Amino acid sequence: MERVPVLKIGDILLVSIQIDMEDQVALQLQEDLADKIVATGTHGVIIDISALDIVDSFVGRTLATIASVSRVLDAETVVVGMRPAVAITLVELGLSLPGIRTALNVELGIAMIGTRDLSGLLDDEDEDEPDQAAVTAP
Amino acid sequence: MNDESQRLPVDTDRDVVRVRQLVRTVAVAVKLSLVDQTKIVTAASELARNTLVYGGGGEVEVTRVHNERRAGIRIVFADQGPGIVDLDLALTDGYTTGGGLGLGLSGARRLVDEFDIDTEAGKGTTITIVKWCR
Ligand SMILES: Nc1ncnc2c1ncn2[C@@H]1O[C@H](COP(=O)(O)OP(=O)(O)O)[C@@H](O)[C@H]1O
Ligand SMILES: [Mg+2]
Repeated sequence: MERVPVLKIGDILLVSIQIDMEDQVALQLQEDLADKIVATGTHGVIIDISALDIVDSFVGRTLATIASVSRVLDAETVVVGMRPAVAITLVELGLSLPGIRTALNVELGIAMIGTRDLSGLLDDEDEDEPDQAAVTAP
Repeated sequence: MNDESQRLPVDTDRDVVRVRQLVRTVAVAVKLSLVDQTKIVTAASELARNTLVYGGGGEVEVTRVHNERRAGIRIVFADQGPGIVDLDLALTDGYTTGGGLGLGLSGARRLVDEFDIDTEAGKGTTITIVKWCR
């Protein structure tokens, strides 16, 4: 069985999925990543799916599980590089991947993780939610 | 007028990958748009996995089809498994008996132009999908 490599680059783990994964390969990746998060103590995981021409419900669920497991292990996952046609198809399939952070490319994904490490030092002025702006105590 | 069909067994995870690859090749050959290629390959992946996991394995047949106006791709997924007893339920978003997301059948139906299920308890399930060029 093929295996998707998990690379440590600086303080983060980078996974670039370059093959059409059998379901077992996706499950193996899930395990390998959890192990490597613990072994390296990383706080950030980038999963690059720019080479994937489809994401079906199995791979979608695997990505969601990876994101949840890494959160429990104090690491943040950002999925990067989703193709536009894949995004359109995923939404129509009914999978909106709640709880998964996404970025357009690896650089932006790394910036996103970097932001978290600084967030304790900065005012969180990026949390500007217009929906809640009108809600005030009477 | 239809071209010759190509058939693949669906007995392993590896076979599901092969189904995706064949469907992609044929979808490109009939000149589906990139988004429609993505949709039909995704639908095929869902249904082939169901054939394997719930149908206990089976066969997929991929055919280039034409009518007076358009070209398209037709895919038939057939198994001799337990059948789908409550079809309405199985087609409900989120319904699963196997710990999945329950989006395979319902989602695949949304991704294609034609969707037909023939299933009988104890006999098996045959699902036919078609995607036409716009
Ligand atoms: N080929 C099949 N044979 C028997 N039952 C099936 C078949 N395909 C789907 N089903 C049933 O329909 C349910 C919903 O399928 P699906 O929408 O793909 O969701 P999931 O695969 O996540 O369970 C399955 O859990 C299963 O009970
Ligand atoms: Mg399914």
